[in-house]
Amino acid sequence: MQEKVLEAINISKSFHDPITIKVLKDINFSLNPGEFASIIGKSGCGKSTLLYILSTMDTDYEGDLLISGINMKNKKEGELALVRNQKIGFVFQFHYLLNEFSVLKNVMLPGLKLNKYSEKEVENRAYEKLKILDIQNEALKKPNQLSGGQKQRVAIARALINDPLIIMGDEPTGNLDKKNSDIVFDIFKELAEVYNQTLLIVTHDNEFASKTHRIIEMEDGKIIKH
Amino acid sequence: MKLKLLSRVSFSLLMARWKQTLVAAVGVTFSITMFIALLSFMSGLNDLLDGLIVNRTPHVRLYNEIQASKIQPIQLAKKYANSYNFINSVKPKNEKIEIYNSAAILKELKNDSRVLGFAPKITTQVFFNVGTIDLTGVINGIDPIEENRLFMFKEYVTTGNFMDLKNTPNSIILGKGAAEKILANIGDVIQVTTSKGEKMQMKVVGYFQSGIQEVDKVQSYASIATTQKLLGVPNNYITDIQVKLKDILLAPSLAREFSALYDLDAVDIQTANSQFETGSSVRTIISYAVGITLLIVAGFGIYNILNMMIYEKMDSIAILKATGFSGNDVNQIFITIALSIGIFGGILGLVFGAGLSYVIDNVPFNTPALPTIKTFPINYNPKFYFIGAVFSIVTTYFAGYFPSRKASKIDPVLIIRGK
Ligand SMILES: Nc1ncnc2c1ncn2[C@@H]1O[C@H](COP(=O)(O)OP(=O)(O)O)[C@@H](O)[C@H]1O
Ligand SMILES: [Mg+2]
Repeated sequence: MQEKVLEAINISKSFHDPITIKVLKDINFSLNPGEFASIIGKSGCGKSTLLYILSTMDTDYEGDLLISGINMKNKKEGELALVRNQKIGFVFQFHYLLNEFSVLKNVMLPGLKLNKYSEKEVENRAYEKLKILDIQNEALKKPNQLSGGQKQRVAIARALINDPLIIMGDEPTGNLDKKNSDIVFDIFKELAEVYNQTLLIVTHDNEFASKTHRIIEMEDGKIIKH
Repeated sequence: MKLKLLSRVSFSLLMARWKQTLVAAVGVTFSITMFIALLSFMSGLNDLLDGLIVNRTPHVRLYNEIQASKIQPIQLAKKYANSYNFINSVKPKNEKIEIYNSAAILKELKNDSRVLGFAPKITTQVFFNVGTIDLTGVINGIDPIEENRLFMFKEYVTTGNFMDLKNTPNSIILGKGAAEKILANIGDVIQVTTSKGEKMQMKVVGYFQSGIQEVDKVQSYASIATTQKLLGVPNNYITDIQVKLKDILLAPSLAREFSALYDLDAVDIQTANSQFETGSSVRTIISYAVGITLLIVAGFGIYNILNMMIYEKMDSIAILKATGFSGNDVNQIFITIALSIGIFGGILGLVFGAGLSYVIDNVPFNTPALPTIKTFPINYNPKFYFIGAVFSIVTTYFAGYFPSRKASKIDPVLIIRGK
């Protein structure tokens, strides 16, 4: 049997401010390598909350999270940072590029942090990723000189730099127009089909979701279909 | 590699806010500059004032004090050993202030390895006869060569050559104030009378100016031989032995030792001049306090800029954390920023501090009381630069510590979801 990329076992989470509300209730599901899955559901049903737990950034939850078979519970902050660095590429709704660095450097930063390749190699790899996303020509610009669609593609290139086990996205097309959304979707699809990349994308765009390989539907903090 | 990456990120954040950073660095530079200049100047001043006294004061002075005997004959009588004695109206006996057996003592001092040198001296009260008026004064009979070697006599002889004391018979160097009082010019012959009534004609060969007016009004110098002749005493007669030690800190204990050994009175420099020590240390404390206050103010400047930077760069910090930088890395990034400001500002401060000291060192400073001083005194002690460097690093580290910790604790989820 293939090892699961990601496994959520009885994950629950409550917010206590101002009153205790349970936003995630006994979430159970898993992802196999190469799957291109989307999470859909109404606004406020807990999709983002779940994704931040799955990405190890949020550690305040009940239940267990396994990434490539390893339990993330009780790991220290530094160890989780390493897991994110090595295994998870995150694409947010907002691009979050650092304006102090060039596009190329932005893509390189997680690679330099990983410290697996020399700086020269990281740079070559960053160019490769930018090429996949067809924005290698903007490499030396500053992020604030790019359009919204281009920025989001740079963010995807950054997510790819360390060849992550999984790419997670929280409404990565939420801020984009139809044309750019399509471009981003096509990139995800190419990554999944050509590069066999595992992807888990939160969206409220049903059209987007319908084109993915697997749809996980949430309602009121529960998974109702997967 | 990791360090390089973190410092590169620090540097980029720093350059993105270079104006505020520069202001913070200028704050450090200013405070270190003032710290260095202030301490160098204060210390120079201390050395100068100490020098006024310390250079010319023997570390240990041996002499015979005229005082009543501590043991009265009745105390030696066994018969009354267990009784109380009351003796009224005790008077000192007619004792000489001469140091007996001085030749033997001098010989022993010469062989003492703790002693740097010594100069014998005769101090005697005299009257300067000016017309019908007698003015009191003191003649110090000295060995000019030794006196100069140990106590920088030459520095204070502002007019004339101190060696004339040795070369010209019956010569005298008058205190500047005394010379003015008795209207004596160089080359004049003045008449001196001792307390025993002996008279002598002496030739004025120089003026002496110590910087302390009260001293200059009464003191004057002649050679030992001249003074012995004046007093009509044999050539082994001396009243004081001034000892200079290799280690000034040994003075109190050696004073006690010599006093017991030679049965003389002995006073050490620390006891004789305790008020000067107090003045010096108060001045030093004040300059350190001012310097450190300046640095702390500069530290707050750094604290502010870092807090602002962290507030502005929340997004960047969040994304760094989301892509795998740990809290520790973020902490290091901001500590590096703080330390760079401190080190950059500090190094400039050291350079400017040296520059400012040099400027002060060249500001003319003429005062009749201090004839040997032409400019403001500066002590270029490397210690101040070392302390300044250490302090600038320590304060900036602490200024950066809390903001950096705050940054390292930023929760990326909160920031990212807040959008
Ligand atoms: N920090 C928070 N404190 C309290 N409630 C929160 C907090 N963040 C999110 N919520 C609530 O949790 C629920 C799920 O939010 P979220 O996961 O963002 O939904 P989605 O991404 O599916 O739109 C919402 O009802 C939201 O109001
Ligand atoms: Mg959401």
